[in-house]
Amino acid sequence: MELLLVFLGAALVNNFVLTRFLGICPFLGVSKKIETAIGMGMAVTFVMGLASMISYIVYEFILQPLHLEYLYTVAFILVIASLVQFVEMVIQKTSPSLYSALGVYLPLITTNCAVLGVAIINMQKSYTLIESIVNGVGGAIGFTLVIVLFAGIRERIEKNNILPYLKGFPIALITAGFMAIAFLGFQNLIK
Amino acid sequence: MKTLLERLKAGILIDNPTFMQVLGMCPTLAVTTSAQNAVGMGLATTAVLICSNTVISLLRKCIPSKIRIPAFVVIIASFVTMIDLLLQAYIPALHAQLGLFLPLIVVNCLILGRAEAYASKNKVIPSLFDGLGMGLGFTLALTTIGTVREILGAGSLFGISVMPATYEPAIIMILAPGAFFTLAILMAILNAIRARKH
Repeated sequence: MELLLVFLGAALVNNFVLTRFLGICPFLGVSKKIETAIGMGMAVTFVMGLASMISYIVYEFILQPLHLEYLYTVAFILVIASLVQFVEMVIQKTSPSLYSALGVYLPLITTNCAVLGVAIINMQKSYTLIESIVNGVGGAIGFTLVIVLFAGIRERIEKNNILPYLKGFPIALITAGFMAIAFLGFQNLIK
Repeated sequence: MKTLLERLKAGILIDNPTFMQVLGMCPTLAVTTSAQNAVGMGLATTAVLICSNTVISLLRKCIPSKIRIPAFVVIIASFVTMIDLLLQAYIPALHAQLGLFLPLIVVNCLILGRAEAYASKNKVIPSLFDGLGMGLGFTLALTTIGTVREILGAGSLFGISVMPATYEPAIIMILAPGAFFTLAILMAILNAIRARKH
């Protein structure tokens, strides 16, 4: 039950993109087509789950025993950067088809603040290992949901007649604003 | 001297990180709920940007190009940790307000972007001014957004009430959707001004 609350909280109530403003760059950058949005979402889900797990282990078993908690920013970003590199190499060797689908998005994920953000949120809320992973995967699923919905809307907007100075980023941001209003509706889902 | 002033002008106006390059969107949207937070975030980012640009420019001949990105990230992360600890010690209220977004300065693409595009290829002093210019441009943009959102959403500016007492604050402006709408409208206005100039 606790885990379900953590999951729903991460995916819907405190949605990473629309409520916490984490991962805005890929949200605006890789959301012009539904297929690329799905690819990005899958890659982020994979990395966020793994990053939650490994950063928990690093914090709990390396930083805390050595009283180096203040180095968490440096430690986490290194963990994430090497993790992304490692995942890229593993996927390239084991599954070329998955690599061709996700490959281009993987390097972008290092600077996706949702990944570092989830590691820090797990640490600040002192989640257990399982809760951390659920929070990471839940947040990433929320990210995927929003980016795919957003890509669908943007595909339709492209075909419409928009005022010239609203083209591109302004209209995308206005769309995101309306989606954020919709997500405010989830606010009272968990008391 | 001329290049230094050019770097400042490029950062603040011509290549403004927020409005022209659309970099570092997460803090731009997240911490601009009030003008004060916006200035704090902008200055913290400026400090990191100046330090990281200077050090990366100093080390540009020692860092092998294959591992330059991890090296840049470690340099940036060290400065972010320093700023984080300094703020925690001396301005705890601001530290609490900015919260998660202070450590997240590490993944602000503006900083890595300037390291890669400018500091790793240019001399120390121009890199320092590049960091200063980009940082001030970022601060200016954040403060503009923060000012609009605070006036409309709370009826105040830097915590001082500026609207008449009968003004009903539009809470939505300091909630998440207000961030998207404010940035969208400011960008649209800039687009319209640019279109008129041409």
